[in-house]
Amino acid sequence: MKAKDQTGRVEIRLAGEGGQGMILAGVILAEAAAIYDGKNVVQTQTYGPEARGGASKAEVVISEEPIDYPEVLTADVLVAMSQEACDKYASNLKKDGLLIVDIDKVKRIPLTNAIKVPITRAAIESSGKAITANVVALGLLVGLTNVVSRDAIEKAILARAPKGTEEMNYKALERGFAEAQALLAVKQKA
Amino acid sequence: MTVRLMQGNEAVGWGAIAAGCRFYAGYPITPSTEIAEMLSRELPKLGGIFIQMEDEIASLAACIGASVGGLKAMTATSGPGFSLMQEHIGYAAMAEVPCVIVDVQRLGPSTGQPTSPSQGDVMQARWGTHGDHPIIVLYPTSVSEAFDLTVTAFNFAEKYRTPVILLLDEVVGHMRERFESPPLEEIQVIDRMGTDVPPEWYKPFGDTISDVPPMPSFGSGYRYHITGLYHDPMGYPTQRLDEINPWIERVHRKINNHLEDILLYREENVEDANVVIVAYGATARSARHAMKLARQHRHHVGLVTLYTIWPFPEEMIQRVARIARRIVVPEMNLGQLALEVERLVGRHKVIRVNRADGEMISPQMILDALEGA
Amino acid sequence: MARSEHTAYAYLRTTKKFPNIWCAGCGIGIVMGALIRAIDRIGLDKDDVALVSGIGCSGRMPVYMDFNTLHTTHGRALAFATGLKLAQPKLHVIVVMGDGDALAIGGNHFIHAARRNIDLTAIVINNSIYGMTGGQYSPTTPLESRTATAPYGHVEPPFPICELSIAAGATFVARSTVYHAIELDKLIEKAIRKVGFSVVEAVSYCHTTYGRMNKLGSSVDMMRMLKDHSVTLAAAEKLMPEERAMKIVRGVLHDVEKPDYITLYQQVIERAKATIDGKEFLRAGPGGLE
Repeated sequence: MKAKDQTGRVEIRLAGEGGQGMILAGVILAEAAAIYDGKNVVQTQTYGPEARGGASKAEVVISEEPIDYPEVLTADVLVAMSQEACDKYASNLKKDGLLIVDIDKVKRIPLTNAIKVPITRAAIESSGKAITANVVALGLLVGLTNVVSRDAIEKAILARAPKGTEEMNYKALERGFAEAQALLAVKQKA
Repeated sequence: MTVRLMQGNEAVGWGAIAAGCRFYAGYPITPSTEIAEMLSRELPKLGGIFIQMEDEIASLAACIGASVGGLKAMTATSGPGFSLMQEHIGYAAMAEVPCVIVDVQRLGPSTGQPTSPSQGDVMQARWGTHGDHPIIVLYPTSVSEAFDLTVTAFNFAEKYRTPVILLLDEVVGHMRERFESPPLEEIQVIDRMGTDVPPEWYKPFGDTISDVPPMPSFGSGYRYHITGLYHDPMGYPTQRLDEINPWIERVHRKINNHLEDILLYREENVEDANVVIVAYGATARSARHAMKLARQHRHHVGLVTLYTIWPFPEEMIQRVARIARRIVVPEMNLGQLALEVERLVGRHKVIRVNRADGEMISPQMILDALEGA
Repeated sequence: MARSEHTAYAYLRTTKKFPNIWCAGCGIGIVMGALIRAIDRIGLDKDDVALVSGIGCSGRMPVYMDFNTLHTTHGRALAFATGLKLAQPKLHVIVVMGDGDALAIGGNHFIHAARRNIDLTAIVINNSIYGMTGGQYSPTTPLESRTATAPYGHVEPPFPICELSIAAGATFVARSTVYHAIELDKLIEKAIRKVGFSVVEAVSYCHTTYGRMNKLGSSVDMMRMLKDHSVTLAAAEKLMPEERAMKIVRGVLHDVEKPDYITLYQQVIERAKATIDGKEFLRAGPGGLE
């Protein structure tokens, strides 16, 4: 017997370095699914002892059904924000899984069909702050996969955004969605 | 009803508040610290008290002191701190002082791996302090169960005048899940039994029908003595065998005579099972995943999830063993609760699935064991 | 004499557990008597007094006394007392400890209770030895003395209890000896009245172990030494520093005003309550987005 995934279960892994906000991105995605889309969700994480730097990883499992095993078995989606994250987790993607990388941070990419976006650069361009890279990544991820609704992710981000940063975060999210739209348009043409 | 995304550790804090906990003393330690942080924020809003003590020994001591003063009290820690708390777990058992001790386990021994999950404190929770004593240990598998079982832990502590230990895996402590907060009025909360006998008649450690003597708080007009020494029904130290033995018998009786109330577990697909998995904590979720897949392949696999691990549900395990050919016991340790199962059903019937390297037991590991069963 | 006996009887659990376990001639009983006189003079209701102790000879004091009594573990009495005081602020929580109890195994709890300035009265009965276990050296054992675990002479310097208390943040620190019983009850009275962490060091002796091992004679001889080797604070000020260092200085050594922990934590509660009504918050559902 093989431990294949349960039906209806979507497994997402967000990985990068400490300080890039990957765990917060996981929490926001999970909140979008649980609170605003009414789905079952489990969010877990691993991180090193450092507050900044070091490897950091969030996992989100979303399902209509109750979720038993709480961690990712084989990911449907991997967002890799560092070379180390890509090296470590790319092999644990499903066959038709989606790999999203920040092309400025990840140079060696093991899959030919990976989504390559300059995520951090896009964050600086759209909001002026590199720290919104995680929000750009969420926009990109949701725009490409619809794992949660756009409405849900918007609400989740705005609920989490510290006062005065709502607009900045909204711009970053829009940029993520725009990047996804552009990629989908290219794909349709091809 | 409000829906939230909630972390396991946070749910413990909210469960404590819902159960009426108004005193928390603790010392920071990964991976339990979120409990302290949320209670430092929330308890004072309710007029409750949060205090960060100088170490874990002092933390549990302060909880016991506060409980003697009439407040429901809790502390939370992880392996290294849990080791330090053993001294006062014994004191609380001896002095029959209600309190709740949360241990969010990490990989040990020693400093080990602070952010990696483990189920290595299962035996320590039972036998970590010296001497014979009863103890209740509860173990959730999810965020909402972390809330519910924290409430239950307080209820048991107050009802049976005993320390209650809540064990969490780091996985459950740190995971976030969809949480539907139950209406407050639906949460059953048990408060400590007081007394209205005249103070001169009151026996703090006397016999009662339930074997649990009432416990008025210090300052309420009932002046009595509490000690960690063996004591007579008045609480005064004794070396008399005719006072020591009745105490030992009573404190064991107060737990053993109420097993129906105390033993919490969930049976799934046991009735037609050839193989039954006995699991607890996050590992039970791997086990359920594996069971569902195995049943899709028409394997008759059942699952028992233990929520009370101590006292150990002996009769239930023996009943299940009469139905099933094999019992699979997966644990994030090198075989601790498996020892109990083996003791009850024989080693030949038990298949252990273990790892103690800071990773969860995967469903595949359990499926492999099921195939060999 | 008869009158003072009556006073004591009113505070003792006379029906149970007497005679006490202490050696004839021990100083602990004198501290107990001083404590009773202090409490009686203040006029505290017995229901409003909690007596907390650790382990050792001093640890047995609460069982004889008709208060709310908590005999805890070795060294941890102050931590238990901290929880009790926070839960029941109206209680006068008095903690009686020995020197090994308070300063070796309990040293960390001692300095942190002082630092927090929690309103407790700590009485440290300092006999410079572990008496109950048979005379092993403690953190206050003098250099060069013989003990059961220093058969060749003790090489560790002792802790000065009062100076340590002051440095750690206690608001009231006093010292006397079991020879000066009346002075002792006056100091204990002041300590109980003080709001904040107060320490009374009651210098005592252990003729059964320390006295025997160091050939210091009977309890009467050791009592005489306390008389001869101690001076009042006023008298000490007239001595040369090297003379003073040889003496047990008696009196109130430190008395300052500082807000106590409970007063300050009450402010925490008020600030927290001002942020949101906790009950309403819980009703809305735990785990709100901060």
